[in-house]
Amino acid sequence: MSRELFKFKGGVHPPEHKAESTSRPIHAAPLPKKLVIPLRQHIGNPAKPVVEVGERVLKGQMIAAADGYISTAVHASSSGTVVAIDLQAVPHISGLPDLCITIETDGRDEWVAHAPLDYQAMEPSQLRMQLRDLGLAGLGGAVFPSAVKLDPGASHVCSTLIINGGECEPWITCDDMLMRHHADEILQGVAIMRHLLGSTDILVGIEDNKPEALDSMRSAAAKLDFAVEVVKVPARYPGGGAKQMIETLTGKQVPSGKLSTDIGIQVFNVGTSYALARAIHHGEPLISRLVTVTGHVLRPQNFEVLIGTPMHTLITLAGDRDGTTGVLMGGPMMGVPVPNLDVPVIKATNCILVKSKELFPPLPKALPCIRCTRCADACPAELQPQELFRFAKAGDFGRAQEYHLFDCIECGCCSYVCPSHIPLVDFYRYAKGEIWAREKDKRAADLARERHEFRQFRQEREKKEKAEKLAAKAQAKRAELAAAPAAEGAAVSDADAKKALIAAALARAQAKKSDAAPKNVDQLTPEQLHQIEEIEARRTKIRELARKPLESEEKKP
Amino acid sequence: MLAAIGVMAILAVAIGLVLGWSAIRFKVEGNPLAEKIDAILPQTQCGQCGFPGCRPYAEAIAKGEADINQCPPGGEEGVKKLAELLGVEPKPLDEAHGTPKPKSVAFIDEQTCIGCTLCIQACPVDAISGAAKQMHTIIAAECTGCELCLPPCPVDCISMVPIAEDLPHWKWKHPVVMMKKIAETEGA
Ligand code: SF4
Ligand code: SF4
Ligand code: SF4
Ligand code: SF4
Repeated sequence: MSRELFKFKGGVHPPEHKAESTSRPIHAAPLPKKLVIPLRQHIGNPAKPVVEVGERVLKGQMIAAADGYISTAVHASSSGTVVAIDLQAVPHISGLPDLCITIETDGRDEWVAHAPLDYQAMEPSQLRMQLRDLGLAGLGGAVFPSAVKLDPGASHVCSTLIINGGECEPWITCDDMLMRHHADEILQGVAIMRHLLGSTDILVGIEDNKPEALDSMRSAAAKLDFAVEVVKVPARYPGGGAKQMIETLTGKQVPSGKLSTDIGIQVFNVGTSYALARAIHHGEPLISRLVTVTGHVLRPQNFEVLIGTPMHTLITLAGDRDGTTGVLMGGPMMGVPVPNLDVPVIKATNCILVKSKELFPPLPKALPCIRCTRCADACPAELQPQELFRFAKAGDFGRAQEYHLFDCIECGCCSYVCPSHIPLVDFYRYAKGEIWAREKDKRAADLARERHEFRQFRQEREKKEKAEKLAAKAQAKRAELAAAPAAEGAAVSDADAKKALIAAALARAQAKKSDAAPKNVDQLTPEQLHQIEEIEARRTKIRELARKPLESEEKKP
Repeated sequence: MLAAIGVMAILAVAIGLVLGWSAIRFKVEGNPLAEKIDAILPQTQCGQCGFPGCRPYAEAIAKGEADINQCPPGGEEGVKKLAELLGVEPKPLDEAHGTPKPKSVAFIDEQTCIGCTLCIQACPVDAISGAAKQMHTIIAAECTGCELCLPPCPVDCISMVPIAEDLPHWKWKHPVVMMKKIAETEGA
């Protein structure tokens, strides 16, 4: 209670709309007939399939393995048969398909053999590998592989561990419900994190609009044998952002372009902590999560959903209504529209928000920026959104970067307050995408330059080698010829050697020529030979005659 | 006082020597302007600019022997960057050298390839692997799309395939629709 709280700059107070989905208990969503499980659900390299089409898989069996350090595995959410490994629609704003493993479930929901892990007895690096193979990734939204975040690095400790129960975005309540009903397990996860990171200062930040969650977490924390401080923080969007939560609780700011671990702080979402506890104490991989289904539905509520469940089944469960104008994955501030409702729930899906005209009236037409700087007042990252907008719109990405574009957390506060209704965040996303693409092009160009230069070097070298080989051959020949007169005791000068070389070459040419001479003159009668001689004489005469006029002409001028 | 002057004088001489030595020792090789121009060029090495590769074109620009608008793969944006670097007015691409095309990579029809190695010899970035009388393959990640391997192929089995947009390559588009609206209101 005594902890001094700090205030981050900016932020907004959008209507919360949380009560809609917290009045009903958590329901387990039924097992769907088909699970479509994307291989790219986390940040980093997509997982690599380790099963084949036609193979029977069990619930919790790894179907795709982590590929590299920043990656994590993907598992079958239920038992059944792999029916396809191909491109399927995924919840991504682009609407582009991505590689997925489709499993036809058999309804038996049969588990693969799994057992709890004795994490205290394990080597930390080995434990992290296990977590990677259990598919753990941050469930707060960024889906960063947890095993990487649980590596304290060279410093060997990360003194402050923050568990983020902020959940500041309107409509979403899955973290709230999780804290209300699974506080003990969340804190079991915290114990594992503490073990891996060596943290001494453990804080749980919960916004003051979730009193039930605060109570439940506080009573669970009181039972622990280590100190966990559950802190009530004022509700203000985006107070649940990692950087904002750090500032509120510790007063520290993460410097631009740095990570929170650089100042000795690591932040995890409560959902991730819960998943970690399930993984260690039950050996269960990450195959399900809590999802809030809310907005324009009959019974807004939270579901425990298997990863890969199509979104439309959840909307049907919650009671779909007429007049739906669209569906967002995530909340109204940061959510992305889903291309269609066949797309599956993935590790990042915290909320399915169904829109209607009444709840989300279409934005009025955007007007030019009037430079009122309301956006700058609202920006929690202390940026100048109006300038970023100007540069992004004009394609002046260099200036946008100078204005710290990459510190923008895409929270949407600026768009929310903009009186001109400019979709500012879309411009920042566009600018970031362009800058990344340019960097990629630059790398490709550098590779091409390097390869081209190497090729030129190689060609040069080959030419030189060829010339050297020829020179060596000539040298050998010369030595060979020089050896003969040397035997006779005469000193042979270089010029002589050259002469001899030329003479030898001439002799060879002569020999070749005579070899090539017509052989049909060998057995002729003297008469015939005489005739040939005569003909040759005539030819010489004609040649001479022909040459004469030419010579006289040459003399003329 | 004298000692101070003496110390300063010795220091001056010593530092002068160090500076002089390092100026010789760490002399920048090559032409730094050509270097900077080459960094802007796309390194496709296609020769459409009329020079045997990007580096020679960069050197020609640096010497003032070539114009800045001769590189189609670099596009208008490349011209703009060159103009900015050289402090001149940007100009439209010279169509005589070709027009920009969507980025593509070469693809060898492996059924038709006779393994003549002619394309390997033409590729400026060694992006084709294969040996005499064996099928050849393009290493797509290294192909710059220069099209130099197309003409030498005696059986015309190489074609250029535009790079399809997939999820890892996707990027946010310029919010165009919105821009139009703004343009309308601004115009009004
Ligand atoms: S709030 Fe909107 S109109 Fe005001 S300065 Fe920012 S971008 Fe411009
Ligand atoms: S979206 Fe970016 S620029 Fe806008 S308020 Fe949030 S952090 Fe600031
Ligand atoms: S035209 Fe081709 S070779 Fe010339 S600079 Fe451009 S990419 Fe390089
Ligand atoms: S494979 Fe063909 S198109 Fe690609 S870089 Fe080599 S020569 Fe150019």
